[in-house]
Amino acid sequence: MLYLLVLFLLPFYVILSVTFGTLDPIFQSPVLVWNPLRWDTSILSFTLSNLTHTDGIYYAAFLRTIAYVVGATFVCLVIGYPFAYFLARHAGRAKGLFLALFLAPFWFSYMLRMLAWIGLLQDQGYVNRVLQDVGILGAPYPFLSGKSWVLVTGLVYGYVPYMVLPLYAALDRLPVAQLEAARDLGASPARTFFRVTLPQTRQAILAGVIIAGLPMFGDYYTQQLLANTVGTRMIGNFIIDSLDVPIFVSRGSALILVLMALLIVPIVYYLRSTTRAARERAA
Amino acid sequence: MSVKASTGASRRRLRDLITNPWARPRFLWVIGIAYVVWTLVPVLTAALFSFNSTRSISLWAGFSMRWYVSDPNESVLHDPDLRHAVLQSLKLATGAVLLSVPIGVGFGLALDKWRGRGSGSSNFVMLFSFITPELIIAVSLFLLFVNPFRFVGLGTTAQLLGLVLIAIPYAVIIVRARLLSLGPEYEEAAMDLGASPVQALRRITLPLLAPAIFASAAVIFAFTLDDFVMVKQLAKDGSNETVAMAIYGAARTAPSPAVNAIGTLMLLTSTLVIALAFVVFRRSARRSGTGLGAEREALPV
Repeated sequence: MLYLLVLFLLPFYVILSVTFGTLDPIFQSPVLVWNPLRWDTSILSFTLSNLTHTDGIYYAAFLRTIAYVVGATFVCLVIGYPFAYFLARHAGRAKGLFLALFLAPFWFSYMLRMLAWIGLLQDQGYVNRVLQDVGILGAPYPFLSGKSWVLVTGLVYGYVPYMVLPLYAALDRLPVAQLEAARDLGASPARTFFRVTLPQTRQAILAGVIIAGLPMFGDYYTQQLLANTVGTRMIGNFIIDSLDVPIFVSRGSALILVLMALLIVPIVYYLRSTTRAARERAA
Repeated sequence: MSVKASTGASRRRLRDLITNPWARPRFLWVIGIAYVVWTLVPVLTAALFSFNSTRSISLWAGFSMRWYVSDPNESVLHDPDLRHAVLQSLKLATGAVLLSVPIGVGFGLALDKWRGRGSGSSNFVMLFSFITPELIIAVSLFLLFVNPFRFVGLGTTAQLLGLVLIAIPYAVIIVRARLLSLGPEYEEAAMDLGASPVQALRRITLPLLAPAIFASAAVIFAFTLDDFVMVKQLAKDGSNETVAMAIYGAARTAPSPAVNAIGTLMLLTSTLVIALAFVVFRRSARRSGTGLGAEREALPV
């Protein structure tokens, strides 16, 4: 319990003190202000106004981050659901094998997985060469020159296993007898899916969206590796870069605060609904 | 006879799959296979290019061990930076396991017993830290260690503390799941037979928890070995560089197959650890007669 206080709650207090602190007049480095009564809100309001005004420095990146994350999470769901369904219900005797192959990326280094794509997507990489050999492309396509869709695809590639895991757990738990009953009562396969399977996996879809989607908000390295241009910078990039310049540190912590405030709603909602679902299952 | 019949059937299934991949539920097989190919083949090509004989990571020129051992300057064996990165990664992962597993097990046991006020909220805070983006925790710790906790400072100690912080929830979740599937009966029986609570814990509960403890150690090892955000944020200089940081740095500037080579080595290490843990877990779970069913119920999904 104590470790939580020391190592978890304290850092958040530091974030607050840096955000609401002042700048050292000589070194221009942040000075922490511990007393909440003496907090200075100018940095936070500066950051907030730059987030909300169309010409603010963070405005475009902020909207971009949300668009990328929502898009990538949606694609994860579209890819992940059929695969989880296959894994849970149709893999048959090959289930163990497929399960092992599916779990493998969890312990592969994220960086190595991205490095793999860098090799494949270079001008002389396999993707370009195959596309040229087939005749789809006349010249190499510059995949790595800061394309938003490459970045979103990279995020999907990186985070899709986190989407599949809860979906698989829920689909695997679904009693087969129930589906058979629905079919016996005359429902078509599609109707069985939409009326029986899908409603019972709503909780898992929520879990997948949270577990796969939230970490993307803190992702800056995928952008750096696959689409390193100003036009694709995400909010994580701004946070990381601000830490290198002492005068900007407090802006970075203000961004963290905003991100936290934004994410706390889905996190709390998700945690409450899972504890409720667990209690219902136990009862 | 039956073997022959089943291979005939599977061959027929394969032929059907190729001639008409869109019939239900065959298209699900197409999705399943496509997914696995899509997630694994890029990584396998990256591993393949660690054996390339030239500097390219996208043009294959021939097999060589150059980037592992032979190259006198840039191979994993001879480049001091890469060698150091491997050691630093292993050091941090081992340290994180040794520190976070005991704390996590203790915390899991405490949460299991503790029914009163505060147990719900401390569980909540733990799960909260589990799904908060790592960047947020890493930057918070960074600010903590450079300002008020300057005596910690940045470097290996800070990296280790950060990793332990984010690794503990893994151990807690795995241990609690196992405790839930075991139920209180064994411990109660031991105490009815005259064991003190401490004896019951040491002689009954902990041995029964052994597979879960082992599994959490393996998971934490594999995940801290590859961690990037936390170790990068809390590193002080080049001496704190880990494999993930080395891959990141090289991938941004000048990728060389030597980077693929250390990535591949780490991949083999964590695969080995996970496979070992899986075998041990399976064997002891079978011996104690409890399946995975109840454990899955307790996962936070």
